[in-house]
Amino acid sequence: MTDAYLDIAGLHMAVGRGRRPLPILRGVDLAVAPGEVHGLVGESGAGKSMVGRTVLGLLPPAARVTGGTVQYRGRDLLAMPVAERRALLGAKIALIPQDPMTALNPVHRIGRQVTDVLRLHLGLRQKPALARAEELLAAVQIREPGRVLRQYPHELSGGMRQRVLIAIAFACDPDLIVADEPTTALDVTVQRQILRLLKEMQGRAGTAILFVTHDLGVVSKICDRVSVIHAGRILESGAATEIFAAPRHAYTRALFAATPRYDRPADALHPIPPALLSALWAEAHEADRDEADRDAADRATEDGR
Amino acid sequence: MIRAEGLGLALPDRGRRAGGFGFGRPPLLTILDGIDLQVGPGESVGLVGESGSGKTSLGRTLLRLYRPTAGRLVFEGRDITALEEPALRPLRADMQFIFQDPQSSLNPRARIGDILAQPLRAFGRTEGRRDAWRQAAALLERVGLPPGFTGRWPHELSGGQRQRVGIARAIALKPRLVVADEIVSGLDVSSQAQILALLAELKRDLGLALVFISHDLSVVRVLCDRVVVLRHGRVVEEGSCAAVFADPRQGYTRELLAAIPLPEVQPGWIFG
Repeated sequence: MTDAYLDIAGLHMAVGRGRRPLPILRGVDLAVAPGEVHGLVGESGAGKSMVGRTVLGLLPPAARVTGGTVQYRGRDLLAMPVAERRALLGAKIALIPQDPMTALNPVHRIGRQVTDVLRLHLGLRQKPALARAEELLAAVQIREPGRVLRQYPHELSGGMRQRVLIAIAFACDPDLIVADEPTTALDVTVQRQILRLLKEMQGRAGTAILFVTHDLGVVSKICDRVSVIHAGRILESGAATEIFAAPRHAYTRALFAATPRYDRPADALHPIPPALLSALWAEAHEADRDEADRDAADRATEDGR
Repeated sequence: MIRAEGLGLALPDRGRRAGGFGFGRPPLLTILDGIDLQVGPGESVGLVGESGSGKTSLGRTLLRLYRPTAGRLVFEGRDITALEEPALRPLRADMQFIFQDPQSSLNPRARIGDILAQPLRAFGRTEGRRDAWRQAAALLERVGLPPGFTGRWPHELSGGQRQRVGIARAIALKPRLVVADEIVSGLDVSSQAQILALLAELKRDLGLALVFISHDLSVVRVLCDRVVVLRHGRVVEEGSCAAVFADPRQGYTRELLAAIPLPEVQPGWIFG
């Protein structure tokens, strides 16, 4: 898919140095087309957030990409010069973080935090930047945006803070947004408002969104396509309508069976069968061995030259 | 088991102070207002509501972690509304709290065995350290963890495992009433399903009265017999789960239910 805004191919990532780094991502393939919301679903430890952080260049210091490409509109983010990449991040590629409580700097006013990105990436001076920030807050349906600009994060509710973070993400007309569990910390009623806002903003601008979450319910409501990840491997990928109507992979089906539904109280909840999980991990470790063999073979050919 | 009549709670609003110079008593903020609630043995009641609705405050007041400022609180036929701590202390063993965040509610510098032995020791239910650890191992088995975990540290456990330790600690003294505050909200669906199954089993086997605080109505529907919907510190609606979920009478309850994203594609839900 060359016209995709985001095209991840064969992405491998491992943590730790030395002879045996711990593999986290094991050949992730994933593409997000313009105007598409792509849900990346998995349980904690599956590597879903790490995919988003690789795109954003926000991997922890101990993590290393050991293979694959991450292309933004045909340009490999991992291969481009740092300065070029930094110019994209926060501007054309933006993040909506999980926790609205910690994502904003508590000692700066909202105005400063919204205008930072406008001054840095668009080169606006303080006054026009503030004017633009006010428009952005109005666009995310914050009442009295002028007053909110002068407030500190602790004066705002969780929902309001998440709106501010969405405003910051959309500030420079991004092509691609990585949304990492953006509604997990919110009440269901506020969650629905935020999802609606996100969908409206995204629809208007044709933004591509990589939506990272563990919540199948949220995915079904906002995503066009879905990828299910476990142990750093994409197990199943497809249109949301198909996956929710007829999940193909046993793990996806197990996720559904473990999710409580108030409309189906008679259905017993089934934790994911341990046998399935150990089978999946065995596959993942086998993939690691194949990968290690391939690396060794590559090194041998290089040495032979 | 536990009965609340017209229970009210008001706490000083530390954000604002009376008087122009920052002196004087801060004004009172009403947290709970006229709550009537009854939970019987072997019964589980879900407390639901949005953040700030008072569900955690109510849970804590039921266990007398807060002293109510209005109404009456009766535990096993005894009025505990205004009991002072020394009089309350022997009752504490019968009423336990399971905290939302097992990461911060387990002492990071104590081994699991000591964490579980602590309440046993505090109430004189052990004969020395060896016996305490033996009981701790039995408790771990009861919640589906290997007894060998007594020697581990909290940071060596996963979130789901830590939550099981939280549950083991709460049932260590064989309580009659347990308040569980959002204990599955930080967990994956898989660990969540396991913890819910464990709670249902404990409730059945030990005849516990369970107050289950949650913002997730689907979880409440699966686990609880009755549900109490709170808003702004008042009970908006109350009834059996079967009745309330099938036919909510209050607009607010209907709103809450409609906002739950069920895992199925519903075009237009987002704008509904």
